[in-house]
Amino acid sequence: MMADPHLLTILVFFPLAGCLLVLPVWKRPAAARPLALGVMTGELLLALWLYASWQGLAALKPILPGYLLVEDAPWIGAFGIRYTLGLDGISLLMVMLTAFSFCVALAVSWRAIGEKVGLFLALLLAMETGIMGVFLALDLALFYLFWEVMLIPMFFLIGIWGHGRHIYSTVKFFLFTMFGSLLMLLAIIALHLLHAQQSGVATFGLHQLIATRLPAGTQLWLFGAFFLAFAIKFPLFPLHTWLPDAHTDAPTAGSVILAGLLLKTGSYGLLRFGYPLFPQAAQTLTPLFYTLAIAGIIYASLVAFAQEDMKRLIAYSSIGHMGYVAIGIAAWQPVALSGSIIQMANHGVTTGALFAMVGMLDERAHTREIGAFGGLWGKIPLWSFFFLLFSMASVGLPGLNNFVGEFLVLSGTFTKSPLAAGLAFTGIVLTLVYTVRLVQEVVFQTERKPLPLADLDRREICLLALLALLVILMGVHPAPLLDLIHGPVKILVGGAP
Amino acid sequence: MDMITIPAVNMTPILPEIFLSVLAMALLLINVFIPSGQKSYLGYISFVGVVAAGVLVGAGWGAPVESFSGSVVQDNFATFFKIIFLLSAGLAILISDQYMEREGCNHGELYPLILFTVVGMMLMAAGTDLMTIFLGLEVMSVALYVLAGFNRANLKSNEAGLKYFLLGSFSTGFLLYGMALTYGATGTTRIAKIAAIVGQMTVPSANIMLVAGMLLMLTGFAFKVAAAPFHMWTPDVYEGAPTPMTAFMSAGPKAAGFAALLRIFLVALPTLQVEWSQLLWVLAVLTMTVGNITALRQDNIKRMLAYSSIAHAGYALVGFAAGNGTGAAGILFYMLSYTFMNIGAFAVIILIGKKGEANGTVMDFAGLGFKQPALAVAMSVFLFSLAGIPPTAGFIGKFYLFSSAVQKGYIWLAVIGVLNSAASVYYYLRVMVYMYMKEPTEDFEWTRITPPIALSLLISVAGTLIPGIVPSVILQFAEQAVKLI
Repeated sequence: MMADPHLLTILVFFPLAGCLLVLPVWKRPAAARPLALGVMTGELLLALWLYASWQGLAALKPILPGYLLVEDAPWIGAFGIRYTLGLDGISLLMVMLTAFSFCVALAVSWRAIGEKVGLFLALLLAMETGIMGVFLALDLALFYLFWEVMLIPMFFLIGIWGHGRHIYSTVKFFLFTMFGSLLMLLAIIALHLLHAQQSGVATFGLHQLIATRLPAGTQLWLFGAFFLAFAIKFPLFPLHTWLPDAHTDAPTAGSVILAGLLLKTGSYGLLRFGYPLFPQAAQTLTPLFYTLAIAGIIYASLVAFAQEDMKRLIAYSSIGHMGYVAIGIAAWQPVALSGSIIQMANHGVTTGALFAMVGMLDERAHTREIGAFGGLWGKIPLWSFFFLLFSMASVGLPGLNNFVGEFLVLSGTFTKSPLAAGLAFTGIVLTLVYTVRLVQEVVFQTERKPLPLADLDRREICLLALLALLVILMGVHPAPLLDLIHGPVKILVGGAP
Repeated sequence: MDMITIPAVNMTPILPEIFLSVLAMALLLINVFIPSGQKSYLGYISFVGVVAAGVLVGAGWGAPVESFSGSVVQDNFATFFKIIFLLSAGLAILISDQYMEREGCNHGELYPLILFTVVGMMLMAAGTDLMTIFLGLEVMSVALYVLAGFNRANLKSNEAGLKYFLLGSFSTGFLLYGMALTYGATGTTRIAKIAAIVGQMTVPSANIMLVAGMLLMLTGFAFKVAAAPFHMWTPDVYEGAPTPMTAFMSAGPKAAGFAALLRIFLVALPTLQVEWSQLLWVLAVLTMTVGNITALRQDNIKRMLAYSSIAHAGYALVGFAAGNGTGAAGILFYMLSYTFMNIGAFAVIILIGKKGEANGTVMDFAGLGFKQPALAVAMSVFLFSLAGIPPTAGFIGKFYLFSSAVQKGYIWLAVIGVLNSAASVYYYLRVMVYMYMKEPTEDFEWTRITPPIALSLLISVAGTLIPGIVPSVILQFAEQAVKLI
């Protein structure tokens, strides 16, 4: 089988091309919607095709060990910046998640977004390009470019179609992330210059820069800057304050993408760039990382329990779930790391689904307040069934997807730090507490306000059934995904799993 | 009796300057015969003249020539800057017409004055003698004073002109005094000779006269580039001057100030670099911080961009403080990008504005995003570039400048720089928030976009985006330009 490395370029820029196609018809939703759907589906099919053929690609042994496809071309010669894209198992998983999440985002906003539809779709497509780029770039300057570019559409998405204090939230979101990423930019430049000093080669390529020998102090500073940028995206306690605001005020599609993908860029960046580039510094900061992650899990769970707005509750639960991803990375041990990566995908699917469902409810009832509902099981059984399912997945019920990730993370971490694993375990109990409260008050109990609610329509059922299928499939049979990331994880950790 | 022999003078290096001067004088004459209301034709002629001068300048790339016994030079450094000046003048001419017509002050003298300014700036960049640089600076400044106060009927414009004139002359005094002291210390005004003499001094920093001269010159130029704490004139002048002239002033003359600074400090005084680097370090931090912090609270958009222009001078000073090749090339690149993005932003401001300088606040951008999508997209591009967000020229420029500081070991300077840059995002975003996320307060009657201003917007957008995506070519030019100095 012939694999063309340009496939990666297509993967990244096909959505942008779609964006440019949508723009001319931006005033005609009837034309723009199918067009965007076509592009996003095409992108998803391409990602799935890559997945279907990954074993064949792996057998071909491309330039970089562990990578399935690598594309490389000079870009800005004066700085030694190259256009390097690389796909390995981890990025492939993220690419699939991205392509899928965008389809979900499109599906949930099919009817919910009624104004300026074309622009909305164009921004979604532009953002897809940015996020794909983040997951595929292997040149630090290129990575930074995509990292920043993906923010711009999100800024507009929340700002234009958001509700509540959306302007405040979107500006806060943008400033928080800019602040972190600019310091990372400096660290990238410093690393580049240090490498140039040592080897005489000006490069931003990840795999060349890994070879840079750095004194412990320098390494700590540079890692600190990277860590800050990624921790804000993650988001780690106490840098998380932008997230509840952004989530609450974003349109549903924005929440799906924020939770499903933007948070993952933080964890992905840490494991792809942060740890490999600065292993010693990362080792030094591990206790801090554990502490922040566990504090985040416990804090977010407690705060989630007190929320009245369903969307805000799920936003806080996101912080908690990402805490497990953080612990798995901090352990830097094959099993835990695999768990983290699987958990990234799981969280994207589960939380995306929950946000979508709250969005559907909001469309009908025009409120998201927990106190307004109750007894939905009797009124809209289908919605309630799916909501219960995804909530249980979110809690980590065995047989559903989150269980796999959390189990791997905790068992891997246990070998490294029983204390951290033990504390993180209490978090699962807390998760259970607030999720059960949510389900109990909304789905069960007695009706509190007589709201005229219609049950799911066919489009929504299809979407949720697909998500439910994934949740179960990834929970019952995670082996194919674990196989996919097995090799790259081994290379990252540098030992046999 | 001795015959006065006129040495054979090679006119090539100042051919563009001569051409523009002659054109400007001819235009002054032609002006008399053109009825008011049709003065735009003068603008078209001068635009063509600027393009022609650009061709003349461009032809000199890679062919260094020295003339007038070494007081003027045609080198890549000068050529690069001259192109920036011509671009800023060309764009300023394109956006002048509609505004001046609206404000009822489309007097024919405008265009010759712009051309004279350009001539002055070109001499500043090409001068290799303190006197030439000073003369260039004066030609530029005098024309600019008039341009700032060009809207005679407007009180604020008058104030701007007068304020600029008074403070400007004051700073020129500093500059000239500095030059005199430098002459006193070295016995020459030729930059190359100063370098040689200072190079022979055992401890140049012990020479009080030389150091005082350096400080005074720095003060004079810091005024011209609007660096804190010599920036006080900027907001008032930028706010009061006719908008196209504000755009012009923020791009061309600022670049000219940097051209002269770079040539004097890097070529004549490299042996004092330890001293002036530290000074510039402080100056850069002050300039960035004062500019950005003050800009955060501005509602008048011209004033906001005035403070932002102070901040941008600060970023350029970061590269200057680094004082290495990367820093110098970074300044060149940055000044070029800044010309496009800033004049572009001002062009949009002109289109938003109404007669009598009305509609000049950030709030007046409300709803623009959906009323005039193309214009709002252009404005967004400029604002993102000013904020230094990829993929725009502004990002590459900042990347360049901050890397020069890191390279030099000025990590903290770079850190302060990026923090400033992060803060600046807030006030640029604010405009975008109004454009896309707020409803217009009133149903505004939309001004027609005339072809010249459309052309200038097109050029500006291209000049902001293309170097952001494929910067290699321009980076190479910038690097070649600083190789000679």
